Amino acid sequence: MKTLMSYIKPYSFTIGIEFVIKFLGTIMDLFLPWLLSYMIDDVVPQNNLGAVYFYGSLMVLCAIAALVFNIVANRMAIKTARNVTERLRYDLFAKISFLSSRQTDTFTTPSLISRLTSDTYNVHQMVDRMQRLGVRAPILLIGGIIVTLTLEPVLTLILIGILPLLAAIVLFVSRKGVKLYSKTQAAVDGMVRKVQENMTGMRVIKALSKTEYEKQRFDEINTEVIERDQKAGMLMALTNPVMNLMLNIALTLVVVVGAYRVNAGISLPGKIVAFLSYVTIILNALLTVTRLFVLYSKGGASARRIEEILTAPDEMQILDTEEYSEQSPYHVEFRNVSFSYNKVRDNLSGISFALKRGETLGIIGATGSGKSTILNLLLRFYDPDMGRILIDGTDIRAIPFETLRTKFGVVFQNDFLFADTVRENIDFGRGLNDAQIASAADAAQAGFIQTKEDGFLHQLAIKGSNLSGGQQQRVLIARALAADPEILLLDDASSALDYMTDAAMRKALHHDYSHTTSIIIAQRISSIMNADHIVMIEDGAIIGSGSHDELLQSCESYREIFETQMEEVCCG
Amino acid sequence: MNPANSLKKRELKPAAEKPRLKKSYLLLRLWNYLYQYKWLLLLAFVLSVASNLLALVGPKLSGNAIDAIEPGRGAVDFPVVFHYAGLMVAFYAASAVMGYFLSIIMIRLSRGVVYKMRKDLFEKLESLPISFFDRHQTGDIISIVSYDVDTINASLSNDVLQIATSVITVLGSLGMMIAISPKLLLIFVFTIPISVLFTRYNTKRVRPLFRKRSAKLGELNGFIEEMTGGKKTTAAYHRERVVLGRFSQKNTEAVDAYFTADYYGSMVGPSMNFINNLSLAMVSVFGAILFMGGSLSLGSISSFVLYSRKFSGPINEFANILSELQSAFAAAERVFRLLDEPAEPADAPDACELGNISGCVAINDLSFAYDPGKTILNHLSLYAPCGSVIAIVGPTGAGKTTIINLLMRFYDANAGSVTVDGHDITRVTRQSLRSAYTMVLQDTWLFHGTIFENIAYGKENVTLDEVMEAAKAAKIHKYIMSLPEGYNTVLSDNGVNISKGQKQLLTIARAMLLDSKMLILDEATSNVDTQTERRIQQAMLKLMKNRTCFVIAHRLSTIQNADLILVVRDGNIVEQGTHRELMRRGGFYYELYHSQYESE
Repeated sequence: MKTLMSYIKPYSFTIGIEFVIKFLGTIMDLFLPWLLSYMIDDVVPQNNLGAVYFYGSLMVLCAIAALVFNIVANRMAIKTARNVTERLRYDLFAKISFLSSRQTDTFTTPSLISRLTSDTYNVHQMVDRMQRLGVRAPILLIGGIIVTLTLEPVLTLILIGILPLLAAIVLFVSRKGVKLYSKTQAAVDGMVRKVQENMTGMRVIKALSKTEYEKQRFDEINTEVIERDQKAGMLMALTNPVMNLMLNIALTLVVVVGAYRVNAGISLPGKIVAFLSYVTIILNALLTVTRLFVLYSKGGASARRIEEILTAPDEMQILDTEEYSEQSPYHVEFRNVSFSYNKVRDNLSGISFALKRGETLGIIGATGSGKSTILNLLLRFYDPDMGRILIDGTDIRAIPFETLRTKFGVVFQNDFLFADTVRENIDFGRGLNDAQIASAADAAQAGFIQTKEDGFLHQLAIKGSNLSGGQQQRVLIARALAADPEILLLDDASSALDYMTDAAMRKALHHDYSHTTSIIIAQRISSIMNADHIVMIEDGAIIGSGSHDELLQSCESYREIFETQMEEVCCG
Repeated sequence: MNPANSLKKRELKPAAEKPRLKKSYLLLRLWNYLYQYKWLLLLAFVLSVASNLLALVGPKLSGNAIDAIEPGRGAVDFPVVFHYAGLMVAFYAASAVMGYFLSIIMIRLSRGVVYKMRKDLFEKLESLPISFFDRHQTGDIISIVSYDVDTINASLSNDVLQIATSVITVLGSLGMMIAISPKLLLIFVFTIPISVLFTRYNTKRVRPLFRKRSAKLGELNGFIEEMTGGKKTTAAYHRERVVLGRFSQKNTEAVDAYFTADYYGSMVGPSMNFINNLSLAMVSVFGAILFMGGSLSLGSISSFVLYSRKFSGPINEFANILSELQSAFAAAERVFRLLDEPAEPADAPDACELGNISGCVAINDLSFAYDPGKTILNHLSLYAPCGSVIAIVGPTGAGKTTIINLLMRFYDANAGSVTVDGHDITRVTRQSLRSAYTMVLQDTWLFHGTIFENIAYGKENVTLDEVMEAAKAAKIHKYIMSLPEGYNTVLSDNGVNISKGQKQLLTIARAMLLDSKMLILDEATSNVDTQTERRIQQAMLKLMKNRTCFVIAHRLSTIQNADLILVVRDGNIVEQGTHRELMRRGGFYYELYHSQYESE
């Protein structure tokens, strides 16, 4: 809640004004019954029609003022809620964009999505309603009590007497409610995940005829969400009748005590009538307050989940450049780097290599040997547990992200295209010109783009699903090349390309991007055999390095792979 | 943006194009959901009427009590006061108990409706054709399943009953007021039409705004889901700010839509209050006149005022509900639109189960286009005898994966037919057709669950031993055992600790447990290194044994032993034959083959 409050704070002036306006409106609302009681007790007995009309018109005027004030205040409240939500959601998205990979892994993507969607929505509703009802209800409550005090102080004491009891109930319920609603939201994460999974995996699910099974799984999650929500709801359901009853009992007491007071000649029946009228207002205000607490419980649970992310520490600190720089002839260098995802077993151990500007490193190794992890470290998605990674002699931990990450052109294994034009997918918001886009597409052998009727303005479907796998990869490679990167990273980026296209692309890279330092992960030796350096990875360690010819001499595993692949050619 | 482009964009969001659904239709559909709880609903209704009637008696009782309080020292008739006070407590207590049970019932009911609605939505999703998933934003669908359903629920659980009880309260108060003073009632002849007119006018204006609010939120959620999925790439290019900029735009649109809807929606409360206050003023003026005329007691004015508050309260509430219902209608429209999406066409009425088959597949003169006019496959024919291996090669984008889509009926052909053992596949049940295939795709799909569950996914009642056997054959067992939790390791969403190649091995292990006559390998090992691929070759051969196999591969080495190789180019089969025949021919295949091993 603390974080949320800091978002509301800038609007405290507006909220203040809104409060005043709402206050005036509410006073008008409260003034009406007072006028009414005045009329009944004082004006009517005078038998003066003129006075009756006068006070009648006054009531109408008050009603109009209440209308205007309340509408204006409501609109201001809505505006504030809109602004707070806009900023909160923006900041949340920004924070999530910059979360470290480790944090993303811990929060999990479905949970991030539901926090951005469902939780921000809950908070929006809370901020909106809280202002609209939250000002009015307490004013009605306190105002009502004050007016009743002036009217009949002794009777009011009865009302005040039960207030602490009511407060205790509300506090207890809302505190428990926040916990229960937090659990509901956590179950919602699971629901988001299931829908997401099914949307992406429908082919497999249908192929394996698992739709019935998936329905069952969803049913479990659905039931869980419902049950948790129901539990919270049940608790909330208790508050309304209980509060209602207590106030009504107080009301009865008022009548009884009032009777004694009238009997003693201290009070008048008209006063008791007016008093009861105020009690009804107070009762309604209290019910609104209860509703507010339900809203608060729900919104508070969501605010807490949002806060969890907003207050997550920035894990990736930028170290001091001076201290972590040295003269180096190398462009990219790994120095004895070790890393583990789960901190139990090393995924990489003692990796070292060095590349001069314009050189190419080929990485080859078995599935799961840690090839992609090298790229994850170089891009600083994770920091190594041991050793250092240097670019131009500077430890990458001392390079600001903006400088570091704009050096690269990357294609990951399962990379991401979005529903926009081909051009935008290649440009990726970098503001590149048409020539850059076109030459990158050329080098990536993405000539198929030109055959589309609208060329680079061809609209991609979600996840690029209207392109074949090989076409997707070529668009991705074009993206990597388009900004003429210092360092090119390709992680098995041509696996869906046929050999002819792959070979043509390599030729183009060699020719047009000779100044680019490249790290290429591949399965086929043919993709990397012309690289300046090749390292062979096994179980996270380098078991052989050198040029193609050197490795053929020195590394048995490498030779085996090469022979297997060549054998397939010659003897097939 | 050129017109062709914007046209395409609209195609991607078909929901925006369709005409709005009629309100009466929406109400009917919503009612169907409530109808299953008709008894509970009836009980709730009775309870709420009863508790409201009890509460209604309250003011009358207090009025009676007050009438017994005569002004002046010692003039109060205490037995009467106590009598009525006792009754008040009793009635209020009964009313509270009923109120509580009522809420419990309503929670039950509304959660039941939500549950059913989500269930229906999800089951609908499971029945939709693949083309739906190629066209729709996941986030938008998530938004429907979570937010829209919640919105409907919020108003169903509160509003429907409120409307019902409001009517009762209004009628009840009306009766009471007639009993007290029919003349004063004339005031409402004036104020009620104002409320009605205002409400009508306002709902008409507000409804499209609420539709927009739902749609914009769905759009925003779609964007969020899409971009959260691409977070790593965005970070790698340091494009966070750009994505954030686009997000910001959508975010602003969404909050603006919310704002405008509420801007008008929020007028309802104060306006109704105003009309209320107006009647209060009139009641007191006319009440005073009547009192002066001697036809009304002071206590009666007081009761009348209380009732008139009770009376206009529900009308007030009613107006509020109507405006809240607008958001429910907007949400319901999105929910029902999804529920109304055409499912995969039902199996033909005479469709038979594809039972014991040998697995001969024939494709006859097959043509297909995803978009009319853009032919992907053009009069394709081929025959795959049982147990044969058919390889499909060709440049990317030539339509290879489309053939798979048609074989498994993820899409239906525009012309021509496919037969399995002589059965036209449009005449057999989809389920039996699909389970006759085992499929390993390049695009691996694993779900949030243990490794065991993921491997065992395709087959019922699999033992751990069988799973381990399959994993060993797929050469992934050793890796699995190296994980602290072994086969019970939960695959996390981002699968950080598992590489793409390992995922492929897991899917291969999954396939190994299946027992079907036809096998589809679509770039099944494209991310697996050659060594591992070689080591699993035995297992792959075993997997392929006695099955009719369709293999798509770029590494031509993997398909040299195929019985028939189809070379596809631009949707046409340009060459076909065995590896030897094709090599001898020296055509396109020969070229493709040689390009593989050329270096720069």
